Amino acid sequence: MLAMFFWAFVIGGLICVIGQLLFDVAKLTPGHTLSLLVVAGAVLDGFGLYEPLVDFAGAGATIPITSFGSSLVHGALQDAEAHGIIGVLTGMFQVTSSGISAAIVFGFIGALIFKPKG
Amino acid sequence: MESKQKKQNTTLQQRNYQQLQQKHEIKRPVLKNCIKAFFVGGFICLIGQAVSYFYIYFFNFTEQSVGNPTVATMVFFSMLLTGFGVYDRIGQFGGAGSAVPVTGFGNAVISAAIEHRTEGFVLGVGGNMFKLAGSVILFGVFSAFVVALVKTLLVIWGVL
Repeated sequence: MLAMFFWAFVIGGLICVIGQLLFDVAKLTPGHTLSLLVVAGAVLDGFGLYEPLVDFAGAGATIPITSFGSSLVHGALQDAEAHGIIGVLTGMFQVTSSGISAAIVFGFIGALIFKPKG
Repeated sequence: MESKQKKQNTTLQQRNYQQLQQKHEIKRPVLKNCIKAFFVGGFICLIGQAVSYFYIYFFNFTEQSVGNPTVATMVFFSMLLTGFGVYDRIGQFGGAGSAVPVTGFGNAVISAAIEHRTEGFVLGVGGNMFKLAGSVILFGVFSAFVVALVKTLLVIWGVL
């Protein structure tokens, strides 16, 4: 269990370093960087490489935004296996539903509770 | 092509000035930023791992399915930190370390929602909520669609 915490820290940190390098060296904006990482996650999952990373690093792989792309592909492929080609659309948000729902719900609650600063 | 044209159109003085500007431009402390990003990002994932174990032990999730509730919880934390103005400070220190984890995605949505509250709930909050995070969703969904479609077709045609 301790090893899992260690690898979550290291792998999560390394993915953030990749993001920082895209900021500083490639001089991309945060929007471009995050989009690129999401696409990278989707492509990695297409080759079946993201799931071993999740097994290995736990939250170190599920917390960075790359996991968003990976779980989109994952859901789509799961449903495609069961229902054929239409499953690509029906399964898309199956695995990653909570991230989007949580962002919408808590975003609205936040807007209700908090006042803008400055 | 465009930069070539630009170069031709500049006078000698302008070129000299550009060289001077380049010489005095403050270099970004790349290594320092990377170390900061590593520790801040790693720390956020460490908290995420603790939340994951919480869900595994008390709510019967498996190691594979636990990512879903963990992400939702992290977005909730990110709402609190954004609302109290703490996440901005973490972001200034951690750079990509705070932007790349899903809490950064949450922060982008929630801060946009709070910021545009004065324009009303429908046009302000509703219309601007995904202003920053929309590109992540668009490119994520589109690339996932292409990847999953290609893979499914390859399986159907018996290539894989």
